[in-house]
Amino acid sequence: MSAQVSSQSINQVLRRVPAWPVYLLGAVPLALIVLQVVMGELGADPVKTLERALGEWGLKFIVAGLCITPLRWATGVSLIKYRRAIGLLAFFYVALHLTTWVVLDLQFRWAEIGADLIKRPYIIVGMIGFTALLPLAVTSNNLSVRRMGAAVWQKLHKLTYVAALAGAIHYMMLVKAWPLEPMLYLGAVIGLLAWRAGRSWRRSQGSVVTAQTAK
Amino acid sequence: MKRDAGKLGWSDVTPKPLWLNRRALMAGAGALAVAAPGLLRAQVKPLSPYSTDALMNTLEDITSYNNYYEFGYGKEDPKAYAQGLTVDPWSIVIDGLVDKPGTYDLADVIKGQTIEERIYRFRCVEAWSMVVPWNGFELAGLLNRVGVQPGAKYVYFETLVRPEEMPGQTGASLEWPYREGLRLDEAMHPLTILATGLYGEDMPKQNGAPIRLVVPWKYGFKSIKSIVKISLVAEMPQTTWNMQNPREYGFYSNVNPEVDHPRWSQASERPLGGGLFGGRVDTLMYNGYADQVASLYAGQDLSVDF
Repeated sequence: MSAQVSSQSINQVLRRVPAWPVYLLGAVPLALIVLQVVMGELGADPVKTLERALGEWGLKFIVAGLCITPLRWATGVSLIKYRRAIGLLAFFYVALHLTTWVVLDLQFRWAEIGADLIKRPYIIVGMIGFTALLPLAVTSNNLSVRRMGAAVWQKLHKLTYVAALAGAIHYMMLVKAWPLEPMLYLGAVIGLLAWRAGRSWRRSQGSVVTAQTAK
Repeated sequence: MKRDAGKLGWSDVTPKPLWLNRRALMAGAGALAVAAPGLLRAQVKPLSPYSTDALMNTLEDITSYNNYYEFGYGKEDPKAYAQGLTVDPWSIVIDGLVDKPGTYDLADVIKGQTIEERIYRFRCVEAWSMVVPWNGFELAGLLNRVGVQPGAKYVYFETLVRPEEMPGQTGASLEWPYREGLRLDEAMHPLTILATGLYGEDMPKQNGAPIRLVVPWKYGFKSIKSIVKISLVAEMPQTTWNMQNPREYGFYSNVNPEVDHPRWSQASERPLGGGLFGGRVDTLMYNGYADQVASLYAGQDLSVDF
């Protein structure tokens, strides 16, 4: 009871907090990265460090976005109003990550980039993730929600799951041996998706039961 | 056994060192010219015909960006966690098909060998590269001294196992000890050295102190660090990365732009030291040492013997 009250009061407070500060906060990692670039503090392999940092922030925002609904289920606290900002930040970092790869890492060597896109599973998986994010970024505005209708829009935005899985697998595939960090991301994504799957499975079972008892 | 700053270390073996030492570097302007941000040009012409005249990476880059899983996965981990490694006393077990097997103290291993500077290109399997001024001696010199018996076909190496000083060894990232191997003709090649230092200083701990292998035409992981065992054997030995993933890492692991790693291309590489816009260059066959080593592999299908 008291937990419910406190989540309600949190939601009440949040009602007065607009979403735009999330964009500002989300830009802080980029600002810090740019500062490191300017100060020459990215280490011996700055391209890789930059690429990795941008990709990891993309994944962090994707995972954060995936947490919002389960958080509401578990605690009643609703951060749904901030989800668009978090999603767009994820796209923004992933797009910068991809740009870094093309411009600074591969240096517009299109033949190699083309070969990678066809031959390299981790590049293919990464590109699947980015491609899945594209329509989500394009439709992350009120006009699109109105035009598409909430149901279609929500269905489309299930592509987030594809992007999250692809992003985490992409990270796992490019490392040697089994370092901890990519496993944590992959574990988080799988856990958050499994939570959803479990819940909708239980609900479908539950709805069958209620339908039967109603009869 | 503490070494004073002024005393001689493992890289200071007679005859008179031919390398440019760090004191000279620090003394300054006359010794080195900064040729590009993060890259250095040796003002003294490299004395060994085996040295490249390519721009060298800085001591800072060479000692702060390492793959040494015994100290963790991260490139910065070895510098952070290797400093507690005890490298004195140090001995190497030399056994197998040799005339004079035994446990050799490091001073004994080095005895009679000519330590010289070798400025080598270093190409990591992860598609980045550096240029490193090693100090070392030819492995052939040591093998000849201990006497290779006729049946020996391969040389097997092991890295130290000491989890209390090597925190990465408490995890199961790789199977310890780290193992490497060379075919005997590769081991006897004059380019193949045991390095005891770089930039004229004792080998930094994160780079494989006190003594490591350097085989410049192979991917970096072949150049095993902190060696405690050298065995002459008849059969191709097991090697760590090949055990970890035989499809991705072959026994030979020669630098070859035409044979890709299954997960990424080896056609080009990022030479470190050029900063964010340092660029990418085509990878050279045998890392640029084709003239010296291509004949070792005549008749071999390099896509099979990768």
